Amino acid sequence: MKNYELVIIGGGPAGLAAAVSARDHGVERILILERDKELGGILNQCIHNGFGLHTFQEELTGPEYADRFIRQVKDRGIEYKLHTMVMDISRMDGSGDKCVTAMNRTDGMFLLQAKAVILAMGCRERARGALNIPGYRPAGIYSAGTAQRLVNMEGFMPGREVVILGSGDIGLIMARRMTLEGAKVKVVAELMPYSGGLKRNIVQCLDDFDIPLKLSHTVIDIEGKKRVEAVTIAEVGPDRRPVPGTEERYTCDTLLLSCGLIPENELSQNAGVTLSPVTSGPVVNDAFETSVDGVFACGNVLHVHDLVDYVSEEAAGAGKNAALYIQNGPARDARTVEICPEGHVRYTVPRFIRPKQMEEKLTVRFRVGAVCQNCSVATYFDDELISRRKRPVMAPGEMEQVILSRAKLSGYPDLKKITIRIEENEERKAGMTE
Amino acid sequence: MKRELTCIGCPLGCTVTVTLDGDTVSDVTGNTCPKGDAYARKEVTNPTRIVTSTVRVSGGTAPMINVKTASDIPKGKIFDCIDAIRDLIVPAPVSIGDVILADAAGTGVAIIAAGNVDAIA
Amino acid sequence: MVYDAAIIGAGVTGSAIARELSRYQAKICVIERGEDVCCGTSKANSAIIHAGFDAAPGSLKAALNVRGNAMMDALAAELDIPFRRNGSLVVCTKDQDRGDLERLAEKGKKNGVPGLAIIERDELTAMEPNISDDVTCALYAPTGGIVCPFHMTMAFAENAFTNGVAFFLNTRVDSVAAEGDGYRLETVHTDTGTPEAFTARVVINAAGVYADTFNNMVSSRKIHITARKGEYCLLDKTAGGHVSHTVFQLPSKMGKGVLVTPTIHGNLLVGPTAVDVGDREAVNTTQEGLDMLTATSALSVKNIPMRQVITSFAGLRAHEDSDDFIIGECEDAKGFINAAGIESPGLSSAPAIGEMVAKRAAELLGLEKKTNFTATRRGILNPATLSPADRNRLIREHPEYGTVICRCEMVTEGEIIDAIRRPLGARSLDGVKRRTRAGMGRCQAGFCTPRTMEILEREVPMSMFDITKGGVGGELITGVNKYPQKGRSHEKL
Repeated sequence: MKNYELVIIGGGPAGLAAAVSARDHGVERILILERDKELGGILNQCIHNGFGLHTFQEELTGPEYADRFIRQVKDRGIEYKLHTMVMDISRMDGSGDKCVTAMNRTDGMFLLQAKAVILAMGCRERARGALNIPGYRPAGIYSAGTAQRLVNMEGFMPGREVVILGSGDIGLIMARRMTLEGAKVKVVAELMPYSGGLKRNIVQCLDDFDIPLKLSHTVIDIEGKKRVEAVTIAEVGPDRRPVPGTEERYTCDTLLLSCGLIPENELSQNAGVTLSPVTSGPVVNDAFETSVDGVFACGNVLHVHDLVDYVSEEAAGAGKNAALYIQNGPARDARTVEICPEGHVRYTVPRFIRPKQMEEKLTVRFRVGAVCQNCSVATYFDDELISRRKRPVMAPGEMEQVILSRAKLSGYPDLKKITIRIEENEERKAGMTE
Repeated sequence: MKRELTCIGCPLGCTVTVTLDGDTVSDVTGNTCPKGDAYARKEVTNPTRIVTSTVRVSGGTAPMINVKTASDIPKGKIFDCIDAIRDLIVPAPVSIGDVILADAAGTGVAIIAAGNVDAIA
Repeated sequence: MVYDAAIIGAGVTGSAIARELSRYQAKICVIERGEDVCCGTSKANSAIIHAGFDAAPGSLKAALNVRGNAMMDALAAELDIPFRRNGSLVVCTKDQDRGDLERLAEKGKKNGVPGLAIIERDELTAMEPNISDDVTCALYAPTGGIVCPFHMTMAFAENAFTNGVAFFLNTRVDSVAAEGDGYRLETVHTDTGTPEAFTARVVINAAGVYADTFNNMVSSRKIHITARKGEYCLLDKTAGGHVSHTVFQLPSKMGKGVLVTPTIHGNLLVGPTAVDVGDREAVNTTQEGLDMLTATSALSVKNIPMRQVITSFAGLRAHEDSDDFIIGECEDAKGFINAAGIESPGLSSAPAIGEMVAKRAAELLGLEKKTNFTATRRGILNPATLSPADRNRLIREHPEYGTVICRCEMVTEGEIIDAIRRPLGARSLDGVKRRTRAGMGRCQAGFCTPRTMEILEREVPMSMFDITKGGVGGELITGVNKYPQKGRSHEKL
């Protein structure tokens, strides 16, 4: 059995940044396991620009952003295996080490011993079945990501006349991509009364090409026995059920679905990692350590991000903390404090902090559950208001953050819990829309 | 003449109204910050975009290379740029920054590779 | 083309008949409209081997169900069919008449179903902790089982093929008429539109929802089939352990109820609805149907995690007005044998129907048994069932078993290649899916579609533009970048 200090599962943006950071913090024997034919993960098919504004102060395409990190990995001589599927993570008998079972065509099935493991498997798209859209099941129904791979990496067009359900960023980006490559995108329907995508994408991917966006609409029927022939959309009421009489039928040969991403945690679950029912990702502390000692998580496997820059930042934190774990062992005496999300804060990452061991400045990321206007993000240590920051607008499509300071926390040795809450500003209430 | 725009500066997405006097902007309203004013003025007088697409590769480990305009080009030229690369085939290897087309559709802007494709060994 | 026997339909019934008939020295063909075997009712049903208590004593359904059930252990071993006797339960709620359950048990005993017992709530909750709080007792049938209907059909078909039966896929029978001492079948190739013709001394009608059409072409004794739609929801494997037995509801004035069952592959299946439809191709799901499943399934099993639904689908049962199977030679059409009206328990009865129909056909044709009949068939090797050492030996010899293509179901390239290369191999994405489960997991082919397409392109081989989801007309791509409409004219770009 080969022995490593750190095994990283996934060679996408999270895995790459975690590897670089772990090496820079002194971990020698690192192995990245990647199931695809190249490093870079989903960035390889995201050929639009807009990546890296925070990290590199440049607007890069996905492959360019990935390339920056792939170079760092290669420059450091970090080992990686491609075409390799991880099948299991378990605890080694008699030590705190982990046993990773993986497989590829040259090594067969093999076992690795690792002091620490970083989960960086990313996420998958919600499929049609999970949305329970009635109708036929012909060819021509693709998740936006599948279509993105076909068009951007293989050069194949999955259709000519397209309806898109879901206005997440991938759906918006694919509306533009399909249009530029010669297809006709007839409409983008969004179940919610707001788009889950960035404003910029709505303007540059839809408005630029006169593609209508229908908010509070969903697909209620798919026609076509062999290939999609038409899709019917209808307006939904506040209960998100279709309103009779609002049906509109679009003839088309393709339906793209961009209806949300789900962290891929089947491996984590089998390894005994506790998952959050809200994010579907592992519950972690400030070190990005999961409920299993020495197993860390970062990137979209932890929670779905809006910007890859935050993935890289978070992954660097996971890499650094994995290094500390490898060098010092588990921080057993650590006192932890829970962060409780309230009032439109859906969740926080991390969920627990260790006031003594944490970074001097810790970024706590979260998403809101509704569009909030003229509100503030309030932080409480037990019942005491610590900070209150005005945010003119917050939307579920974008991540929010609060910075916690270790110095500040050191003044609260008996702290039981931290609460992060969205509060309406006094001057103008009634600013929240569901 | 008045034009309505959605500002892309932040999630607020202000609806900004621009009053045009011929080709010059005489008034911008509806924005809630200076960024909105600047965005609206540029967007009505000289809207530009980065265009990203793909070009076919021969002899490579992948069939396509992703490309982009080296800088932003006039919005009205987007489809001309796509037409200009429609039938291009570039031989592998291709690396980030390689010039695929020196002048995209008379914009004076190059189309460059924005990814890497190795040659088949 | 001249055959001794022509079987119309390569569903589980037609395939089971073909396999049994291939024991004899005869020239046999199967004519199938779809692009693959198992394309109609056989692919979308409850995947249950019923114990046999439900049908009326004395009916063909009762006799063939019980016989078919009893044949399954030997068949599963012989033909490598995934099958398990998980036992079934018919639950009675506090609002229902316990007498109805007792009468069902009596009926089952008359039908010859072994091991039936009525069990009380205490015992029941120990067996099925998620049984609904309103359930008071249940009829337990230990011989009830779950099966993979795709593999069952393919096992029969592949074994028939191995024993010399010719399969004509993508071939639609347009007419059957008496000619000489047999029949002439006019057909058309569904891809090319090319007309073809077959003659056969014996015609076996296993045409599912279209069986009445063919019967009525040759017989004055008309039959009438109604397509009865059944919608289902399939849940993620993480929900597969929600029940371990197949849980039926006691039929009542409110309807027959729906079942909740684990599948042989470890998912949870909820369904079916029962709605008669005019269109015999209407395999669409409906909002009302899906809503009904959620509401009705809760009567027997509590806390079903419907948020974990990964797909929903609908199948059409071939319901004949007489409410029983119609099996046997037409009185006024010698040599024309019906296997019609095969609705539930059709899958369970298929082995026995195969036996019965093949015997009759062999008598009519005066056939002798073969001496070189191959009784066994191996399914697609699932490397996960091997020991680590054997698995690594396999990967060393065939490295494609080391590459995972479908990561939800952990299907390797080796299994997909096997599915394509074996007898009656897969030619479409659905064909690969039904044989290997690639694309049947929680992401529903989001990741593996482009990869499976590449393997089909290379292995069949076929053009990317000709790869379909499930037959011609269902092409997956329409062209190349910047030429979305022109398709194959730019193949060489």
